Amino acid sequence: MLRPSTPGLKRQRRWEISWMGALAGLVSLLALLPLGFVAWATLQTGWDTAYALIVRPRVGQLLINTALLMFITVPLCAVLSLALAWLTERSDIPGARTWAWLAVAPLAVPAFVHSYAWITVAPGIHGLFAGVLISVIAYFPFVYLPLAASLRRLDPGMEDSAASLGLGPWAVFFRVVVPQLRLALCGGSLLVGLHLLAEYGLYVMIRFDTFTTAIVDQFQSSYNGPAANMLSGVLVICCFALLAVESRARGNARYARIGTGAPRTATKRRLGRWTLPCILLPVLTTVLALGVPMVTLTRWLIAGGVDVWLVGEIGPAIFQTLALAGMGALITTLAAIPMAWLAIRAPSRFQRVLEACNYLVGSLPGVVVALALVTITVRVAMPIYQTAVTVLLAYLLMFLPRALISLRAGIAQAPVELEYAARSLGRTPAQALWSVTMRLAAPSAAAGAALVALGITNELTATLLLAPNGTRTLATAFWAYSSEIDYAAAAPYALIMVLLSLPMTWLLYTQSKRTSGR
Amino acid sequence: MKFPLPSLATAIAMGTAMLAAPMMANAQSSDGIVVYNAQHASLNKDWVAGFTKETGIKVTIRNGGDTELGNQIVQEGKNSPADVFLTENSPAIALVDSAGLLAPLDAATLALVPANFRPDHGRWIGIAARSTVFVYNRTKMTKEQLPKSMLDLANPSWKGRWAASPTGADFQAIVGALLELKGEPATLAWLKSMKQNVTAYKGNGSVLKAVNAGQIEGGLIYHYYLISDQARTGENSNNTETHYFRNQDPGAFLSISGGGVLATSKHPSEAQAFVRWVAGKGGQAILRNGDSYEYTVGKGQAANAKLVQISELQAPQVDPSKLNSKKVSELMIQAGLL
Repeated sequence: MLRPSTPGLKRQRRWEISWMGALAGLVSLLALLPLGFVAWATLQTGWDTAYALIVRPRVGQLLINTALLMFITVPLCAVLSLALAWLTERSDIPGARTWAWLAVAPLAVPAFVHSYAWITVAPGIHGLFAGVLISVIAYFPFVYLPLAASLRRLDPGMEDSAASLGLGPWAVFFRVVVPQLRLALCGGSLLVGLHLLAEYGLYVMIRFDTFTTAIVDQFQSSYNGPAANMLSGVLVICCFALLAVESRARGNARYARIGTGAPRTATKRRLGRWTLPCILLPVLTTVLALGVPMVTLTRWLIAGGVDVWLVGEIGPAIFQTLALAGMGALITTLAAIPMAWLAIRAPSRFQRVLEACNYLVGSLPGVVVALALVTITVRVAMPIYQTAVTVLLAYLLMFLPRALISLRAGIAQAPVELEYAARSLGRTPAQALWSVTMRLAAPSAAAGAALVALGITNELTATLLLAPNGTRTLATAFWAYSSEIDYAAAAPYALIMVLLSLPMTWLLYTQSKRTSGR
Repeated sequence: MKFPLPSLATAIAMGTAMLAAPMMANAQSSDGIVVYNAQHASLNKDWVAGFTKETGIKVTIRNGGDTELGNQIVQEGKNSPADVFLTENSPAIALVDSAGLLAPLDAATLALVPANFRPDHGRWIGIAARSTVFVYNRTKMTKEQLPKSMLDLANPSWKGRWAASPTGADFQAIVGALLELKGEPATLAWLKSMKQNVTAYKGNGSVLKAVNAGQIEGGLIYHYYLISDQARTGENSNNTETHYFRNQDPGAFLSISGGGVLATSKHPSEAQAFVRWVAGKGGQAILRNGDSYEYTVGKGQAANAKLVQISELQAPQVDPSKLNSKKVSELMIQAGLL
């Protein structure tokens, strides 16, 4: 990768790499802040107290709840997504494109709005069953997206070979197709799993206790007391366990085609008389995942009438949400540049370790990050306590991986030679990087920034814990009203959140189409 | 694809400006006072609007729960940005007071509220009050089956039949009163039996909703949820009825909402003025005529006509400054409720 044309450039490059390395190191250090805090809090609490707070029946109960939720929801999401992806990509189901888009659209509805919709439709719904149902509906697109993209990309040649060797259609599917989807399945399932660990609003509304809801409870009754920090510690360990399981399950088999040539497009399987039963699945999914929220929102908007549209309150909430999302996306994308650039232009073992730190912390629930920042700022960084700086820092830590992944892909597509050429024409390295490479990577950076903004718009826990005095985002305003059981007043905020998220969800959908070359 | 990017210098300048903007916004909010509010958000909004209209003093609000905000002020210590603290229940403000963070209130403010609604030391006062009640589903339970005392709810016969919101500060205030009235061993025993019997919800509103829907027979909450729901759609309370324990029972506990000024306030006179306004005629009138349906506590300030008058509640005598929220949460962790 690194083949500078002149010795002079080489020297300059090394200097430049260490400069970028320092920046990337700084960001990674920030990213390690919450982890360091959890460790520090445990030490500070003392072994005996920590032990008493961790090894108690309540924690056991939370572990069981969280584990059950995980073991039931993740496989369900995988199976549902696999079926939907196959139907929309590999069968002649009528309206395949529409169903494909509708399978991604539930992402535009924040998870806590999903449960708000469900408790309106079925007021008694609660506990594990409700948790699984709503989680599957809210999160299955995270598995569907990569699965559909992989299915589209798959070389049908292998399936043909298998069929010619005498395997039936089902055998071909399970012995040839599914194994090749392993990466997509693992990646998507990991995302779902991490969301299950981190989600707060969804489970509070349907009275299902997980570690995250218990941490917030603890926080609210003691403000960063040791009990909340110890629960955070257990939650962090759960996250790491999940990451380890995923990395084992992913394995390191290779999945790429060998040799040159392009795969032909797979033939669509004819459903024939199965068409009607098969179409029931996407219909049912859409009704549950989109119909229920839409019906509920409409119902509350009608019940609330004009009175709930308090422009004086909604206007500022939109503005604050957009400001936080915009700034958060900008800062996060900027902070991701050094690491993304290093990963492509000067990969090394040290760089990979640094990058892994960023992903690791990005997988931590917002509540852990927020708890760490509250305690740290209140004790040692009072000037930034309760300012937008702290909230934005939390967003940066939580959503950095989203920006990093997109940006990496973008920079990888920008030829390094152009950067050299710009420099030989007299630009400084920073100017060359900015005006050439970053310009070429801009579309990917924008996609990453949109993903970050989407995350921030629907973020609840960190915002609740860290926001400056007087802040009221769409998410926190919705939360305040729905906690008072004033569902009608909450409805406009939910509607606006969905409308703001829709374009970004659309972008995700088209992006996944593009990566597969269609 | 080409994207017109600004020059590096412009980009940095833009980024800095965007970062600086919210910080400046935050700095601006420091002219005027900051109220940490655990009272009902809508009630406080009306108070602030009335106060600002009358005095021209700007108020920035931070909403949160009792214990959360109380502990937050303690953690913030001398650096707290708060000027005024308003609570729903007294344990949280007693917590802040015992950390030595409250300033004495003006004599004129103290004179607005009768002595039984404020601690003798005068570092905070009552601004509103709320009565503990047992709300029950009328189709699931008759008057004869009602609990005589809150303590009855710990009996095995009540297993799975009643609800509460144990993680909320409201419930923890009731436990605080129980602790003060009956002592630690009795309270812990009651909590442990309660853990066996209770169905836990998040928020008293959700308890009322569940009782109304017939998911559970009854619930321990405060009095105004039912009344204010009736004043709106009635959707969450049409099948329910309120039972007052009376007889100085711990379940007849009258919880006092507190208001105080932080010793570290940078605008002490404005902060004192705000508390005086809330406890005074204007603030109490908003309380009486608004839709929060809490009890007024100001001298000569009648309660909303829809409420059972305070004199009929036969509430037990509890010194509000003695409620120990820290001990309560320890006991609740011990009982497995937190």
